[in-house]
Amino acid sequence: MLRAGDVTVLAGGTDLMPQTQAGRLRFRPVLMNVRRVPELKGIAEDNGVVRIGALVTITELLDSALVRERLNLLWQACDHFASDQIRNAATIGGNLCNASPAGDTLVPLLALEARVVLAAKPNGTLQIRRVPLAQFLLGPGRSCRGLTELLAAVEVPLPGAGFVGEFYKHGTRPGLDISTISIAAGARRDGAVLRDVRIAFGAVAPTVIRAPRAEAALEGHRADAATLEAAVQAALAEIHPISDVRASDWYRRELIHNMLKRVLTHVCKL
Amino acid sequence: MSANCDIAFTLNGVKRELSVPAGMSALAMLRERLGLTGTKYGCGEGECGACTILVDGMSVNSCLLFAADCDGRDVVTIEGVVQSEAGERLRSAFVASGAVQCGFCTPGLMVQASHLIEQHPGADEAAIRRGIEGNLCRCTGYRKIVDAIASAAKPDPGQTPFSEGQP
Repeated sequence: MLRAGDVTVLAGGTDLMPQTQAGRLRFRPVLMNVRRVPELKGIAEDNGVVRIGALVTITELLDSALVRERLNLLWQACDHFASDQIRNAATIGGNLCNASPAGDTLVPLLALEARVVLAAKPNGTLQIRRVPLAQFLLGPGRSCRGLTELLAAVEVPLPGAGFVGEFYKHGTRPGLDISTISIAAGARRDGAVLRDVRIAFGAVAPTVIRAPRAEAALEGHRADAATLEAAVQAALAEIHPISDVRASDWYRRELIHNMLKRVLTHVCKL
Repeated sequence: MSANCDIAFTLNGVKRELSVPAGMSALAMLRERLGLTGTKYGCGEGECGACTILVDGMSVNSCLLFAADCDGRDVVTIEGVVQSEAGERLRSAFVASGAVQCGFCTPGLMVQASHLIEQHPGADEAAIRRGIEGNLCRCTGYRKIVDAIASAAKPDPGQTPFSEGQP
């Protein structure tokens, strides 16, 4: 069915329904419900990589001991995701394909250097390609998934032992809010210095982004107040927030400045 | 999108078969095609929870669910929830606690509460507040709703919520 290419893929429906009802998105001639495809389900670890099937719901991620214990940064984001009703229906594959700059699971997945698995069957044989999340996301609502491709899974390399991460999301209502900004940051302490520093932001650029200069300001350095301030200043030069109904660009910068400092303070246990 | 889908599913314990437009929501199907108007249309985009139903035992917003996606599943609405013993306990508790004012959010809250109590028997106040995050009430301020759910969640089958210390 996918080979023809003119297909709207339906999984949880929690984004597709409001988008089509509001007229922001038009159905293609075929609406394909993938909910019962068993290959797109399940969470499993193999050789240091956790494979999360595209159909795994946010509730299933929250209930997974593997995710809670080994991918806690992602687990925290799921804990802040919408409401119980939406977590029960929404899938991680849908959150990825929707490619929102504010997508809650995208921020920790980017920080954890996840890659998406895209499957196609152009001439009867299955073709798989793996794309790093940073390259998969092209802009608001846009990804590099081809029309004849299906997002089958997301693969997340397990962070090293001792990696501590924290997710922060700012919204005006505890449940259901779309992020004004979100932050996923993590690092590992190697004696006095920081290693494997990862910082990612949501809702401050056309896609979720990493902050490589802020990471470099911390990587291999001692975790003290001056280093943190340098990292925060580096991060402010890497974000490009817009003003919209949720907040002004000025307010988003203030949030990143103050909340990144708080998150890094927790991560570095200062 | 005009194509129709033939679907068969269980609704409140009864097998149903019907043909629905591919783009139709489960909420529209329940209210307009099947006449089950207990499930309310509040916002139509998953913000308010007034349309909460149970699908395969999980609570979902029926406004965000495609009717076609009900095929092969077990759907329970407020009309089904109140037929169960747990639903009756909840209904009594909502009445006893005065948890209903205009009543528009009540069916969605009761369905969500029944799911919450099933998943977390004996849920405390924090768990209850967290569980009903996706349900908006504009009248009560939630206090009495939380009280009602807490009293229904209490594992005390010997005493009905009616007799619990009402002034």
